[in-house]
Amino acid sequence: VIGTTSPPVRVLRVALLALWLVITLFPLYWILVTSFKEPGSIAAFPLRYLPETWSLANYVSLFEKSQFGTYLANSLLVSLTAGAVATLISLLAAYTLARFEFRAKGALLMAFLVTQMIPAFIALGPLYVMMVDLGLVDRLGGLALLYVAMCIPFCTIMLRGFFENVPDALEEAAMVDGCSRLTALFRVIVPVMTPGIMAAFIFNFVNCWNELFLSVTLMNSDQNKTIPTALNGFISSFNIEWGPMAAAAVLTIVPTMVMFALASRWIVEGLTSGAVKG
Amino acid sequence: MAVLDRAPRGSRPNPSRPPAPAPAPGKRQFTVRRGLGLLGFLAPALVFVAIFTYYPLLKGSQMAFQQWNLFDLRNTPFVGLANFRTLLANPTFYTVLEHSVVWVVGSIVPQLLIGFGLALLLRKHFRFRGLYQALVFFPWAVSGFLIGILFRWMFNGEFGVVNDLLRKAGLIDTNIAWLAEPRLAMFSVVVANVWYGVTFFAIMILAALQSVPDELEEAAALDGAGKARTLFFIVIPFIRTTLLLTVLLRVIWVFNFPEIIYGMTGGGPAEQTHIVTSWMINFTSQGDYGLASALGLIVVGVLVLFTTFYLLALKERDAR
Repeated sequence: VIGTTSPPVRVLRVALLALWLVITLFPLYWILVTSFKEPGSIAAFPLRYLPETWSLANYVSLFEKSQFGTYLANSLLVSLTAGAVATLISLLAAYTLARFEFRAKGALLMAFLVTQMIPAFIALGPLYVMMVDLGLVDRLGGLALLYVAMCIPFCTIMLRGFFENVPDALEEAAMVDGCSRLTALFRVIVPVMTPGIMAAFIFNFVNCWNELFLSVTLMNSDQNKTIPTALNGFISSFNIEWGPMAAAAVLTIVPTMVMFALASRWIVEGLTSGAVKG
Repeated sequence: MAVLDRAPRGSRPNPSRPPAPAPAPGKRQFTVRRGLGLLGFLAPALVFVAIFTYYPLLKGSQMAFQQWNLFDLRNTPFVGLANFRTLLANPTFYTVLEHSVVWVVGSIVPQLLIGFGLALLLRKHFRFRGLYQALVFFPWAVSGFLIGILFRWMFNGEFGVVNDLLRKAGLIDTNIAWLAEPRLAMFSVVVANVWYGVTFFAIMILAALQSVPDELEEAAALDGAGKARTLFFIVIPFIRTTLLLTVLLRVIWVFNFPEIIYGMTGGGPAEQTHIVTSWMINFTSQGDYGLASALGLIVVGVLVLFTTFYLLALKERDAR
């Protein structure tokens, strides 16, 4: 971009950017403030934009009234496992798709892309029956299995984009030195791609962490619920208790937000390259 | 691609054996060993997607033609088009379809415009751009469902911060029951969705903008074109295809995106904020997967039709 910008234009630009930042962060700010208010003051006028006294009462009552600690642990376990397994499986597939030409490749990529566009509800009933048959209903392992499958298509497309940025001379050299392809992949390519792989993993983790409908359908017992399922229970009750609800929302958002912020650069890169290359 | 003119590689090269003959240039060399190697790398992904995505999708499509209720699994006869007939006879179906259009158009147009503006603002490097992007990125880390809950709280009729801010600004005197009145509720869920989706457009458009060669704009500037003219006659035409494809992907995605509505209004009041896919949740939660699947197939049909026309229109304009 050329030319110099005049001061008024610059001021306008900064003002608009600041405005959008405020608009973006406000909902988060508001739930955070709500969660730290004293239970009585949440529904009191005038509304306060900072708590009069900061209080942890909502968090305490959240953990007392529900098994939120268990839900957190469940979500963490399922998302870490499924996210990691999906990343590993996608890594192999993405590598193949990036490095080799074969006849079914176009069709395969298409098959992966299409899964992102069909309403997932069509698959919900058969998946439930399948899980019943496998004895995996209401099991965290069963849920993780489905999450792996859920993550693979997009993760593969994303990682393929990263592989295409790594010159293949790298693993060729390793293979001339006597490495097998698999060894070359993990010894030479993976270390170079670590940021991209971390981004893919975080993306998977966040997707699993946030998934709602599969979990609601499959997890019945309280000790196996993940966070979204628990939140669904909270808002379905006739009278929503907004204090503990806000605390739960904050505890749900913060971990993924930190992860996303750390990897945002690579996630952006992955998303845009994946989409542009199709 | 580079692989085409590369020597075939089975597994590790064995120095004691003579090297494999080089393939004729441009000709694909297929060895069983290499084929199996490929398959080995691809197999886990394929197996997972086949078993846990494609099989249930096909099976689910079949359910659209069955009477299929989760609470009556012994009795699932084929009923032909009965599920589709039931849906078409339901007046809510048409309301919901209409709302889907409002939802998609009302969300995508502002998302595109604001996203474009944001991308233009972010185009030039400034000191905290990386940090800014990471911060503005935050909605993406949150599920649509939870976003719905956050906005449900903010749009609360009694204690909502939206009413409070509007009153402080002197725009309203009495609280508005945003989520209790059908039209206002629809407006509110669309607002939430616009907020949620701007980042996506901004990021895609920013990436596209960065692909515009500087020389192009420099040439335009030399020819005396102002900033606005350069934008409309040089930059936008250059990224048009990316722009239009991003919109297409987004339309499909937003059409299929019930989470915000589910979290914010649950489709209420009186089913008046449902779009097709959030309405589908009603059927699945009643266990009626026959009806849900039929509705799902209708969605697929609508989206396929839309995509076809959209792409055809795009092609036609390009040909002209």
